[in-house]
Parts: sequence; C-alpha cells; structure tokens
Amino acid sequence: MTATTAQTAETRAFRTYGRPAWQRILVTREMAVIALLVIVIVVASAGVANFGKPITITYLFLDIAPALLIALPMTLIIVTGEIDLSVASTVGLASVLTGTLHQAGVPFEFAALAAIVAGAVGGALNGFLVTVVGLPSLAVTIGTLALYRGLAVGLLGTTAVTDFPEFWTDLAKSKIGDTAIPAVVIPIALLAVVFAVLLHFTRFGRGIFAIGLNDEAAVFSGVNVDRTKFILFVLSGAVAALAGIYYTLRYGSARGDNATGLELQVIAAVLLGGVSIFGGRGALHGVLAGVILIGVIASALRLANVTSDVINIITGALLVLSVVSTSFLAWLQRMRQRPGGTRTAAPPRGGS
Amino acid sequence: MTSTITPPTRSATPRSGAFAHGLGSLVKARETGILLALVIIVAAATTKNPTFLFSPDGWRDMLLTPSILILLAVGQSIVIITRNVDLSVGSILGLTAYLTGRLFLDVPGIPIGLVVVGAVLFGAFLGLVNGALVAFAKVPALVITLGTLYAYRGINVAWTGSDRINASDMPKEFLALGTGQFLTIPYLTIIAIVVLVIAGLYMRNIRAGRELYAIGSDPDAARLYGLPVTRRILSAFVVSGALTGLAGVLFVARYGTINSQAGSGYELDAVGAAVIGGVAIFGGSGTVWGAAIGAVLLLTINRALPILGVPDFWQRAVVGLLIIGAIVLDRVLSLRQSRKLLEDRDDSA
Repeated sequence: MTATTAQTAETRAFRTYGRPAWQRILVTREMAVIALLVIVIVVASAGVANFGKPITITYLFLDIAPALLIALPMTLIIVTGEIDLSVASTVGLASVLTGTLHQAGVPFEFAALAAIVAGAVGGALNGFLVTVVGLPSLAVTIGTLALYRGLAVGLLGTTAVTDFPEFWTDLAKSKIGDTAIPAVVIPIALLAVVFAVLLHFTRFGRGIFAIGLNDEAAVFSGVNVDRTKFILFVLSGAVAALAGIYYTLRYGSARGDNATGLELQVIAAVLLGGVSIFGGRGALHGVLAGVILIGVIASALRLANVTSDVINIITGALLVLSVVSTSFLAWLQRMRQRPGGTRTAAPPRGGS
Repeated sequence: MTSTITPPTRSATPRSGAFAHGLGSLVKARETGILLALVIIVAAATTKNPTFLFSPDGWRDMLLTPSILILLAVGQSIVIITRNVDLSVGSILGLTAYLTGRLFLDVPGIPIGLVVVGAVLFGAFLGLVNGALVAFAKVPALVITLGTLYAYRGINVAWTGSDRINASDMPKEFLALGTGQFLTIPYLTIIAIVVLVIAGLYMRNIRAGRELYAIGSDPDAARLYGLPVTRRILSAFVVSGALTGLAGVLFVARYGTINSQAGSGYELDAVGAAVIGGVAIFGGSGTVWGAAIGAVLLLTINRALPILGVPDFWQRAVVGLLIIGAIVLDRVLSLRQSRKLLEDRDDSA
C-alpha cells in the first residue's frame, strides 16, 4: 500500500495547482461528497414518503453508528498507506467476549472493559506484525480477519448470549431529550472531534500524512513511522471493540457472526469520502459524509420500497465512479498542461 | 519467494548436478512447506479415523471439496502476481452461477457445452470490466474490485430477487458433471487439475506468463523495459474472471441450487488460499501450484478438525493462524535470502 506512484503525485498537484485559497477550501473532494449528501437528503425528503420522519432519523443513526466509529481510525490508517481488514472480526470478537464474560457472572461494565482491552490487544498484534515483522498490512489483516472471527465463532459456536442489563441496552437506543437523535451520536461526535484534531491539527497527524506520502522521507524528517502505525492499529482495534459492544447492546445479542462484512462497507465509505488508498490524502469530514451518505441512500431506498440490495449496486458504482472520476480529472489536467495542448481551449476549472 | 524471475539459487550453486539442483530447489521451494502441512493434517486425520482418506466418501470429499476454490485461487494468484487483487470473484461467481441456471430454465434443451462457454465468457467479460477500470483509471485494484464486488452482487440480487433455482430445474447430465467421477476421481477435480496444469506451465514457461512476474515485481521498470503492461494486466483480470465463470458453472453442477447469495465471501477464501500458498500480496512472486495447495489446505482443515477433536467452529481461527504463519515464514525466508545474496556479492567482489 506504500506504492506512491506518479498518479497520486499528479492528483495532488492537480488539487493545489494555482488555485486561490477559497477554492482550495471549498472546491475539494470532501466538499463534493458533502454536497452530494445534502442533495440526496433534499431529494429523499421531497420524494420519499416518511423519509423526514423522526423514527427514520433515529434508525438511520442507530444503523450507521458502528460504521461511523470504525471509519475514524480506519481513515488514519489508510492515510498512512496501510489498511485494517480485521475490524469487523474484532467487532464480533468483542461482542462475544462481552457476552460470555457477562454470562459467566462478570458485571457488564467489566466485561465491556475487558472486550475493549482485547480489541486493543488484537490491534497491537496487527501493529506488531506490520511494523516489527515488516509484513504488508493487507496480508496481515486478512489473516487476523479470519483469526479473530474464528475466535469469536469458536467461543460461542452458533449460540448467542442475549440477557444483558436493560439499563445498558436501553442506553444504547436512548435518544437525546425529545429529539429523534439517538444518544449514541454524542460519544461518536466527541470521538470524531478527537480523531479530527489528531489527524489535522497535531504533529502526530502531520506525521500520518507524511508517512502516507513517502514513508522514507517521513523517517528522515523525524517521524517515528513504526510507532505511529502501531498506535493507529491499537486505536483501530479498541474502537472496533467499542463498536462491538454497541452492536451487542443495540441488537441485544452477542453472536460470533455479528457485523460480518462490515470491514468492506467501512473501507468503501472511507474511500468514497476522498481518502486515497495510496495514502497521504484525505480528511475526516469527507469520511463522515461518506459514511452518512451510504446510510442515507440505504435508508431512503428501503423506505421507497426499492429492494435493499440495489444499495449494493449504488455503493459499488459510487465507489468506482468516485475513484475513476479523480483519475479522469487528473488526466484532463495533464492534457491541459501539455505544452501546445488544449490548455487555452479548456476553461479553467476547480476540482471534482 | 523462490520463483522470482531469475532463481537466485541457480547462480549461487552453479556446479551442483541437475538432480541435486532439482532436489535442492524442491526442498527449498515455498510450496513444499505448505504441501508438508497438508500431508501432516491428512495423515493425522487419517490415523485418527481411516475413513478420512480410505473410504470412497472420504477420498471423494478430499478431492471434490477444494476443486472449485482451486479454480478461484489460480485466477486470483495470477492477478496478485501482477501486483493487483480481485476482490470481486465471489460476486462474479454468483452472477455466472445464476446465468447458468437461467440458461437451463429459459432455453430448454440447450447443450451443456454452450452453457459452460456462455458462463465462462460472461465471467471473462466481468473480469474485463475490472481490468479495464484498473488498467485505464490507474486506480488500485483493491478499490476498483471492492466497488465491483458490491456492484456485481447488487446486480445479481436485482436479477435474482428472491428467486431460487433448484436441481430439478436442470438436466440430469449436467448435474452428473458435479457428482460423477472417472477412475474414482471426480470430474470437477479433473477439470481443476487440467486448468491448474495449463496455468502452471503458462506462468512458468511462456514468455507472457513470465512478464506477469516482471510486471508485479516492478511495474515502472516493466513499462520502461517495453512490456505491454496494460494488456497483460487486462488479460490477468480476464483470466481470473473466466476461471471464476467456470467455477460458477461447477458450483451449480455440484450444489444444484442457486440463490442470490451464491459465492458471497469466496473472495477472502481465494485471496487467503493464494497467501497461504506463498503468493506475495505485493506481486512478483509465488506460483499457481502454491495457491492450489493453499486452497486444498484451507478446505481440508475444515473437514479434519472435527476428526482431530476440535469443533469445526475453530476452523476460521486455524485458517487465520495459517495465513499469518505463511506470510511470517515468507518474510523470514526472504530476509535470509537477501542476506545470503549480499554475502555472495561481497564474497565475489
């Protein structure tokens, strides 16, 4: 994933090439996703019966909460040029651990805490294999995807633990005051702020971008590449475990196969939100918009009685279109910059 | 790591005889380790329960179960060797499987050969779409095929709906393909082995096959050297799609029922088989033989675990450990190799 080719350099050059500051802030990939999100919300509110209803909003947030959570550390990891495919398996494992420990008589709070620690340990194993042993994260996390899922399924088999304290299961579904917005949004928003500050306003965050652009250059400019990546994998594991506990409470059921396939959904949303799979480029507000966009489309289509699987086509097409369009625009830009080319013919324009 | 473009062992031991060299490279071959693991598991399970291997059913399962995955793993490893990946194979399998059933339903009396060709061509077309997007948009295959994984599955579900095609809808001769055997070897296994041998020889001996390794080792260098990179990558995806199409047909022949979820999740098994089989995820190294053995190992473990007294719920955990073990082993071997090459260079200097 560290392969920074000429392509990304061109895409990057395209973004900043001779554009005024307001354009660089407003005409970005992230803003395009946010604009698309707004359009979809407006169209759905106008065209889909019941879309604007409070209950829809409640379910929308309840549904996308795990993906929102996991997308935060995933963004940082992909910006470094790595990837974590094991997150959904960690959700399952954390869910099963919480369930089995609680069943064994451990108070729920401690069971949940143990699950988060286990998630962090799982993330640390990923980080160890990637940074110390020096293995590609794609291969490592395909391995731990199977391993953590296997542990989850192995511990519980096909049974499920369902008796959780009502206090906690109610809390997972409770709403903020009289609004339709679930309370779970508050911790997610706080975490999102933490991760956004971490990525965009700290030395650590600048290191993350530096690693993604060129990890050797990052080493020479004083970034501790291995430590940064290790920390990110630990964070990813811990947050995935947190999502696992939420998942357990929301559905009131700890199962080994909880959240199967969620990793691909999260990665699709992150890439849709403008994070480059090559690393070095991306922003958290785009990712949040990407996750919500997929959630809104799914919710609207379901209400419009479109089979929920058309969502798959749309998710996939959006993902392909969004990456292909970036390449296409970069190609256009190249054509325009070519001496004696169509530079004067094509009107100057901004990003996607 | 032993099958880079010029096997380093050749220059390191120039005077050893052909036999010693052959034996040496056999011992050192990355595939030997996995084969050994497979033999140990089969031996252990057979010792515990002789019917695991020495009964008509056991022998048949041993060969039949991995046959479909072998096809996927061969296609996947060819793609991975070019430093790409095809995550959409599970969805392609689903689509071609449904097409197979649909053809039998909608065109009564259609020749079986025509259906097979149709499904293979359809798979190749879907692979072509992947390959074209990857080759021309210059976006990592991971992203593109993640997108087509969703898109193809979505198309499949939209096309299938809640429809289910059952064995009774298909001709008996076709289903016999899935259950029949020749000299106790199931037809599916024979097909898988034929494909494997062709792909193996192609990747080993044909210039275009060797160029795939060169492209995976260093795409930029391959381009500078004048290799037809775009065309080769495109053809790797087409081959992967076509083999998945074939796997789709065999899936129907074997299981007899198709719904909209056929083949979902197979992409991770295919990539896992390749990785266990020693195909480096960043291209340029590995063989289709290894990937095929990886596929057999992956599915044989599943059947061996209950016999060895481990509930098969733990199968995925064991598979995960195997993948991690295989890539760690790869890393250790390649580090040792590069150290040795450095020493050799220093000695000769």
